[in-house]
Amino acid sequence: MSQTKKTFSIKGMHCASCVLVLERSLKQVEGVMQATVNLATEKATVTYDPEKVTDKKLSSAVSNVGYQALITEEIKTEDDEQKEKQQELRSLRLRVVVSLALGGLILWGGFPGLMKTAPMILQSFWVQLLLATPVQFWAGFSFYRATISALKHRTANMDTLVAIGTTVAYAYSAVVTVLPQLVKSVGIEPMPYFDTGAIIIGLILLGRYFEAKAKAGTSEAIKKLIGLQAKTARVLRDGKEIDIPISEVMIGDIIRVRPGEKIPVDGVITDGESSIDESMITGESMPADKAKGDSVVGATMNKTGTFMFKATKVGSDTMLARIIKLVQEAQGSKAPIQRLADLVSSYFVPVVIMLAILTFAVWYIFGPAPTLLFALLNMVAVLIIACPCAMGLATPTAIMVGTGKGAEHGILIKDAESLEIAHKVKIIIFDKTGTLTEGEPKVTDVIAYGGFTEQDILRYEASLEVGSAHPLAKAIIEETELRKAMPLEPIEKFRSIVGHGISALIQGKSVFAGKEKLMTDNGVDIALAKGDMSRLTGEGKTLSLLAIDGKLAGIVAAADKVKSTAKMAVENLKKIGIESIMITGDNERTANAIAKQVGITRVLAEVLPEEKEAEVRKIQAEGKVVAMVGDGINDAPALAAADIGIAMGSGTDVAIEAADITLINKDLRSVVSAIVLSKKTMRTIKQNLFWAFGYNVVLIPVAMGALYPFFHLLLNPIFASIAMATSSISVVSNSLLLKRKSIV
Amino acid sequence: MSPDKIIVAIASILGVGFTYWFFLGKKEKEVQVSDAVDIIVDGGYTPEAISIAKGKTTKLNFIRRDPTACLEEVVLGDFKIRRQLPLNQKVTIELTPQRSGEFTYSCGMGMYHGKIIVTE
Repeated sequence: MSQTKKTFSIKGMHCASCVLVLERSLKQVEGVMQATVNLATEKATVTYDPEKVTDKKLSSAVSNVGYQALITEEIKTEDDEQKEKQQELRSLRLRVVVSLALGGLILWGGFPGLMKTAPMILQSFWVQLLLATPVQFWAGFSFYRATISALKHRTANMDTLVAIGTTVAYAYSAVVTVLPQLVKSVGIEPMPYFDTGAIIIGLILLGRYFEAKAKAGTSEAIKKLIGLQAKTARVLRDGKEIDIPISEVMIGDIIRVRPGEKIPVDGVITDGESSIDESMITGESMPADKAKGDSVVGATMNKTGTFMFKATKVGSDTMLARIIKLVQEAQGSKAPIQRLADLVSSYFVPVVIMLAILTFAVWYIFGPAPTLLFALLNMVAVLIIACPCAMGLATPTAIMVGTGKGAEHGILIKDAESLEIAHKVKIIIFDKTGTLTEGEPKVTDVIAYGGFTEQDILRYEASLEVGSAHPLAKAIIEETELRKAMPLEPIEKFRSIVGHGISALIQGKSVFAGKEKLMTDNGVDIALAKGDMSRLTGEGKTLSLLAIDGKLAGIVAAADKVKSTAKMAVENLKKIGIESIMITGDNERTANAIAKQVGITRVLAEVLPEEKEAEVRKIQAEGKVVAMVGDGINDAPALAAADIGIAMGSGTDVAIEAADITLINKDLRSVVSAIVLSKKTMRTIKQNLFWAFGYNVVLIPVAMGALYPFFHLLLNPIFASIAMATSSISVVSNSLLLKRKSIV
Repeated sequence: MSPDKIIVAIASILGVGFTYWFFLGKKEKEVQVSDAVDIIVDGGYTPEAISIAKGKTTKLNFIRRDPTACLEEVVLGDFKIRRQLPLNQKVTIELTPQRSGEFTYSCGMGMYHGKIIVTE
């Protein structure tokens, strides 16, 4: 049986479940042997029997479950979409140029101060009508199209306002040109306003052109992240090294990476060593040295050495794919601060239309002569100046830039709401082990009592701890190996007493290892070790006491190194008015010793893992917004309980799920950066909203003529269109400024 | 007051009343959806309000026919989804709502709105 492999793009995928649905549907096609779908690349790779399977069958298997297969690539690819976008921009630019050029000529021939300098031909109303008509109906066609579509739904938008406003100006001018006597008969000097409509259309289209260009910049971060992915991988298959597309890499594949190459997927080094630049994923600028057994992350850059690694995560499971998904989700979420803007924008356009009608009526009934002209011009100004777009763009553009900037620095923000809450944080609770400290304690002291040797103490402790995931256990086992105190003893009846220690039977003896409380609870006399315990805990060391058959046998002390960035992070948080608290299961003396090193004064010691959540809630009861920083594994409930849970390190799925913010780079200074980013994004949003609301609240009454009774001041509709065109650009540009702001 | 001003006054009151009724007084027709629904994006979303079941995966196939820039994105904020809608292409969004209630979605600028009603 022959076998063919094909890789093709799939449109419409957005989540891990799409992958499963697609794979299942493709595998159901008779003759398909294997189907793998990659979410990050949006591609499917299918191995099949070409005699039984046709492109059409594959295509319908994909479309049956609601997606689109681009097997023959007839349908638009991303490049085509990009080209289409460019084409749209070019068409928009042409309409801007034509409408502003024609509008300029009309203005020259029709504007009171200027018209004397213009050639006679431009002063002709009929010529102005001729020049204005293509602007109104060709360049301005998009406004009419959108208005008609919207009216069918009984909705209205900015295009509706522009269409009504410019049509009123154009229609009045056309009547003046065609039937000047009629206008004269109502006491108005026949004077057209073709320039108004044409220039308004030109300027609003110009605004849209710049807005479209600026908006593309707000989603740059996602494009950059997607662009990080390697295209191919050099995989060892059947003893040969072959280059295959990244979508065909499977878990367990052995992959070679040479100097200067991108690491294609996530995995573990099996051979060789190198220095790897992980800055694109973690934001950490120092390259990391990696050797056999170390994990590597897809899309990071290999710098110096050549190595082989085993793929452990591919497709949508890779760190990059998960980061992309998280950032996309965050950019799709809504910040609570947006609610008011949403509410206002849904009523905005109908209200503006009503205000425009009222403006016409008030000027017509109460205004000075010529009333019809004043009424019309002011109505047009009201319709043109109102800009709901600025309100709609104020929050999402800032959120998109803010979350994107975070991702570039290794700060993954779950949603807009988290970003909004983070700026209010007043207290940050740090978990000690693995967060403030390296989390990899080393044994510093071994003390034996009652005839036991240090080797015995280590051997018993190591025998008990061998199955434990506790960081102290790892340190003890390492030290036991180092001091050659092996072999370990077989154990029976192992019991873990959560937060206190462990017990088991070794050679028929009852052995306990753990904290002081475990000893006292089990009636072990520890008086003899009091002096040593006091000294060691005073030095910030963590102790594991060992009791054999109810008698104290020894102590193993270990110390965990404080992270080099911890002190600076705490100091910087203090500078921005945030109090740091440390929470730990260690006893008070050890905890205080560590806290002192990092500059924390408030310490919650001897807190069992299950009590951390309650402690977080107690601090929240003080009425302040509380963030909890932890590793995301032991701390998941506490992270979830806090107003903002910040998980350190690439961690596990648990971390990303439970945390509101995930810091991939394990650098504590990123906690400060995350808070600063949140503050700056919120400031941008508030500036945007202030500007967008303020703009409409101030200028709509001005356009209605509110200043006329006092200063005889009216807003020329052309100036209204300039203000309107700049208002949404200014909001988007302000959001883009966030990119340049420093958060470190 | 001259007759033309009286006419303008009456016409403007009627105009305001009509605008209010036309834009703000409409009632959306709710469409019950079981597995999938095609939502046409053209001057708004058709159907405008859909009703789907809680906990069940429903596919919303957005097909944009309107080139208006405002409609090129759809944002389902409550479900953390922001998607580009290329013109005349079907974009499928799968939803498995875990909460019941009314959720509005909108275009990227919040001008056009649709509603998803999640029932128990």
